[in-house]
Amino acid sequence: MNDADAPQIACSAKSSAQSLSRQQQARRAFLRSLALIGGVLGLALSAYVPLLRDRLARLRPPGALNEADFLAACIKCGQCLQVCPVNAIRLGDIDEGFGIGVPYINARAQACDFSCDAIQCILACPTGALTYDKPDFLPVRSGAPLTAPPVLKAKIDDPENTLNLQERMGVARLARPEACLAVQGKGFRGSARGAAFKGKLRYTEVDRWKPIPIHEHPYDVPLCDLCVRTCPVADAIELRPRRGADGVERMTPEVLAACVGCGVCEMICPAEPAAIIIGAQAVWEGAT
Amino acid sequence: MKRQWLLLLGMLGMTPKKPQTIPAPVQEIMARKYADKAHFIEEKLRARAEQPVSHKWRNRRWAVLIIINLLFVISFWLDIQMLEGALTGSRFVGFHLIDLNAALQVMLAHKHIIVNLVIGSLTVFVLWVMLGGRSFCSWVCPYHLVSELAEKAHLALVHKKLVSEHEFHRGVRTLCWLLFAALSFLSGYTVFETLSPTGILSRALIYGPGLALAWVVVVVLFEIFYSRRAWCRYVCPIGLTYGVVGALSPTRIVFRVEQCFHEGDCRKVCLVPHVLDITIKGRADAEVMNLGPDCTRCGLCLDACPNGALQFDIKGLSSLL
Repeated sequence: MNDADAPQIACSAKSSAQSLSRQQQARRAFLRSLALIGGVLGLALSAYVPLLRDRLARLRPPGALNEADFLAACIKCGQCLQVCPVNAIRLGDIDEGFGIGVPYINARAQACDFSCDAIQCILACPTGALTYDKPDFLPVRSGAPLTAPPVLKAKIDDPENTLNLQERMGVARLARPEACLAVQGKGFRGSARGAAFKGKLRYTEVDRWKPIPIHEHPYDVPLCDLCVRTCPVADAIELRPRRGADGVERMTPEVLAACVGCGVCEMICPAEPAAIIIGAQAVWEGAT
Repeated sequence: MKRQWLLLLGMLGMTPKKPQTIPAPVQEIMARKYADKAHFIEEKLRARAEQPVSHKWRNRRWAVLIIINLLFVISFWLDIQMLEGALTGSRFVGFHLIDLNAALQVMLAHKHIIVNLVIGSLTVFVLWVMLGGRSFCSWVCPYHLVSELAEKAHLALVHKKLVSEHEFHRGVRTLCWLLFAALSFLSGYTVFETLSPTGILSRALIYGPGLALAWVVVVVLFEIFYSRRAWCRYVCPIGLTYGVVGALSPTRIVFRVEQCFHEGDCRKVCLVPHVLDITIKGRADAEVMNLGPDCTRCGLCLDACPNGALQFDIKGLSSLL
């Protein structure tokens, strides 16, 4: 270590070059240590950036707390992912900042179709980030609570036919009505998303317990109503005649208050990109 | 009790001090050892010849570490539901296990604690109190293994004088622990989890690789080219959390000064060499001493010691056997 390039340290004539060098070393180690703390904390806090940029809200699994609470409560273990029968859940990567390791659903690729009946991911969550019963002190967003427990079509004849879900994950909306086959008055024939699509869905008429790949279940319908017929929740979406801007009445999918935002309609929609999509973490704002 | 307190301070960053007085029995041992210099050297060489450096504990430990992490992986991939989840939180045949540092962050950030979180944390707490606290680091943490390999590369480079060693103050880790805890509480986010190589690696093994691995690579490169075992030594709050848990653990490594030649091989291989300060000639002030809570019970010192001066010990049990 060169003594000359270090700042002058006042020292008595007694202290040797050796001890000066040791002093310098200690000083450098101290500065290095400060830099290490600063560096690590700076990097950790850079995880705020993706949040500040107000990225597209993620569709969280059913029963998720409000976003900020969810990120805080989630322990990033992926147990929810492991129990999902259709593998709808994925984990956030480091580019999501504090959302690293936090579960989300890409509905277009694989939606939650509630084929587990009991909402297994909520059951698996060890920290209550996904929960059946939200604690009273946590805020409830207006329009998020479901007015009645959602009735699962697959269980409709069971004595207990509802899902234990109090708040919606989001709300579906017809984002591109011009692309909707029903609006165009067209039918649909073939597999909804093509032969290569890997997404799965439970078809109760095929197998009550086992979801199958969508491409194994082709459709042939005179007027496309795939979103309505695959919706796992009763009375959440309907085809209704609706007068367009041109005054012509067309059958249009209409999302109803029972929509839980699971994303099956977005996944099944044969239009590319989907005509109907889920507003992730959106709340019910009344019929449109 | 005073010794326990000093060990705790040592873990928090205090540099170990020379004992002020050496008790008579230890003085006697030292005098006996060095009474006949020729005999001492002869003994030393004999010990070296008879017990060459082994990798017994390292191999056992690596096997355990790999098996535990593989158990997570195959539980998911083969859907055998044995050890579901990742290192931050899991279920072992149905029983909740929650990593204590992750649990702490969630509790501080979310400020609401549910029963399963308490059950899982308590189970893990009891488990690691029994097993030695920081033994989590060396026997379970996947980053520890990666870091050990990086350490080999680093030491080779230092040996060839291609890089120089940079040490930090060990108190950095204590400060990091406090700051990360404060940040969790104030921000409401599990801040440390974003950077935790333990969580990132565990999830990458189980759920597949992602961008986050790039951060782990950065940490590894830092350790290879700048500072030996920097993450585990100076930053990781998980290590400190488990260190505190294991402070009074019965599972520990003990040092018997009588068998020590004071050559320092153990300190050279140790992740936390300050715990082996007592192996320096004149530093031991009891015949049998435990290494303290910062010791990860990795066993590298046992492998390095030619004379069995360092041994695993289970308090109460070893004396019964």
